[in-house]
Amino acid sequence: MLNYLISGISLGSVYAIIALGYTMVYGIAKMLNFAHGDVIMVGGYAAFCAGTYLGWPVPLAILFSMMICTILGIVIEKLAYKPLRSATSLAVLITAIGVSYFLQNIALLIWTSNPKAFPNMVNFIPSIVLNKGTGSEITISSTTIVTIIASILIMVALTLFTGKTKIGKAMRAVSEDKGAAQLMGINVNATISVTFAIGSGLAAIAGVLLCSAYPTLMPTTGSMPGIKAFTAAVLGGIGSIPGAMLGGILLGILEKFAQAYISTQLSDAVVFAALIVVLLVKPTGLLGKKVMEKV
Amino acid sequence: MKKKLLSVVLAGVMALSLAACANTTTQTGSSDSSALATAPTDDGTLKGTLKIGMIGPLTGGAALYGNAVDHGTQIAVEEINAEGGDFQVDYKAQDDEHDAEKSVNAYNQLKDWGVQVIVGTVTTTPCIAVSAEANSDRIFMLTPSASASDVTAGKDQTYQLCFSDPNQGSASAQYISENGLGTKVAIIYKNDDAYSTGIYQTFKAKAAELGLEIVSETTFMDGSDNDFTVQITDAKDKGADLVFLPMYYTPASLILAQADSIGYDPVFFGVDGMDGILGIEGFDTSLAEDVILLTPFAADATDDLTVNFVSKYEEKFGETPIQFAADGYDCPKAIVAALEFYAANNGGLDVDKLSASDLCEILKSVLADPAFSVDGVTGEKMQWSSNGEVNKAPKGMIIKNGVYVGL
Repeated sequence: MLNYLISGISLGSVYAIIALGYTMVYGIAKMLNFAHGDVIMVGGYAAFCAGTYLGWPVPLAILFSMMICTILGIVIEKLAYKPLRSATSLAVLITAIGVSYFLQNIALLIWTSNPKAFPNMVNFIPSIVLNKGTGSEITISSTTIVTIIASILIMVALTLFTGKTKIGKAMRAVSEDKGAAQLMGINVNATISVTFAIGSGLAAIAGVLLCSAYPTLMPTTGSMPGIKAFTAAVLGGIGSIPGAMLGGILLGILEKFAQAYISTQLSDAVVFAALIVVLLVKPTGLLGKKVMEKV
Repeated sequence: MKKKLLSVVLAGVMALSLAACANTTTQTGSSDSSALATAPTDDGTLKGTLKIGMIGPLTGGAALYGNAVDHGTQIAVEEINAEGGDFQVDYKAQDDEHDAEKSVNAYNQLKDWGVQVIVGTVTTTPCIAVSAEANSDRIFMLTPSASASDVTAGKDQTYQLCFSDPNQGSASAQYISENGLGTKVAIIYKNDDAYSTGIYQTFKAKAAELGLEIVSETTFMDGSDNDFTVQITDAKDKGADLVFLPMYYTPASLILAQADSIGYDPVFFGVDGMDGILGIEGFDTSLAEDVILLTPFAADATDDLTVNFVSKYEEKFGETPIQFAADGYDCPKAIVAALEFYAANNGGLDVDKLSASDLCEILKSVLADPAFSVDGVTGEKMQWSSNGEVNKAPKGMIIKNGVYVGL
């Protein structure tokens, strides 16, 4: 029981960290960046190359990966999304899916489809063993602990950033009303670029944590966790930063419990059924803000 | 103007299609004239030059497999030609990039070249497409490695040199039982994958027959294939001493790592999809220590055939052959052995005088003959059933210190 809870939280915190990136971009730019999962994959490969091929120390490899992803995020935004700023949201959505496939295929060309075993980069603290010596030992791996701590830290930092700093306030203003924000002297384009930069930098961290926990790196590594994390963001209330965190953890626990107590075959069905029920009862998600329809 | 252009194009298309028609008619004609498939050479020997064409992914994501087959086949062809005599093999490989459409194009190119027998295709999806074409053209195919049942189903001229997916399951259960590798078995399989579920089903049926106890059956699928805590814990809690993993090596590598992290160390037993686990870049091979896999080929086996093949392969290509290379090596050998068998029993055979469809009938009749069997590097006494599936004894291999060792 406890065992499943821990693996659920471990999986859930990876979802949460990816969901934070989704929700941040959605909350501010009001677009679903479906390429987010693939930026995570690029982050994983960047860290892998820096760590394994170039032999850089871990902190440097992670920084390098964040840098690559930040630049990638800004470039994607400039080339693919900015020209569509006034287009329908459907056009932007399809573009995002296109970017997602583009990144996957580029990765396929560069790194081929052969999987790479990712070295664990975050096992710098000791793992915790519960019930020691009782025969039913339960290990909480250091990767799990680091992932949970990292996701909480990022959540708090993001909440503070959007709440207290000048750029953060500008972001919230843009999310409320782009036109009015521009009239108030806020550079909307720059603000959205910063949002993408932060979201993609987070994706690099998510990539390192995801691959450290589940060490197989392939060009499709980011796509399924990306979709699950998107589900988590919707469950928690898309646009809400604590909601992404809550949704991610809940989804992870739900998935593991469904596998353990219902059926390994039906786990995904159970998870998505739960999502539907939540959305029926609370259409904006668990922590989503209720938006009044103005007539 | 546009109309004019259109009519020119249409005329061109018509001319081409007429030419194509003419082509097919002549071919059918020639095969009719020599319909009786005997071209005796009077002395019971094989004569002429056989055109063998190979189709497989020589570039792209699955190039590893296609090139291995091509290399293996090349060595076999060289050996056959080195024997001299009146019989020679002309060999040509075509790339299909593991794409069904390109594979059919490759097949058409081989047909233009005058191919008589096809070794291929290497991968399953293209093979299903090409075997349908070759079936209507009556060209014999022996696939080295396309293992799905759909490859041979309904196509009487397509044969497999590798085990079909379902056969791997029953062969695994048989092997575990005969060698006493475990009594309580856990199975983890991928339930959205035909390969994995096919093996699982036949394994389960055979295990029930042999009295192997299956204590845990769990599944995963695309998208939930990175965390296996529940599956491994289930197997551990139910006291399984052997975990059967009918899957490809990527999820298997995660299962091994996660089982290790919770201190669970049963016998892990894989099938041919496990071949390649040691090739994952950066993989900690100590995790795969003592993993057993059932595969038809072990590069370090000590029988003469294998030693000869492996040393030639290493000398020519500078690497140890994988199972696909061995499959490729056995294909032309099996085809030539079948033709020799026919020649010996029917007063000789001159392949130059025979069309592809004649050869197809001859090969089919020989492979259906219970007196015919061939020894190869992927198995002794290989025989075929009329549905195209091979019957041979698989070899168990165990991973020790990061290399495969024959059991």
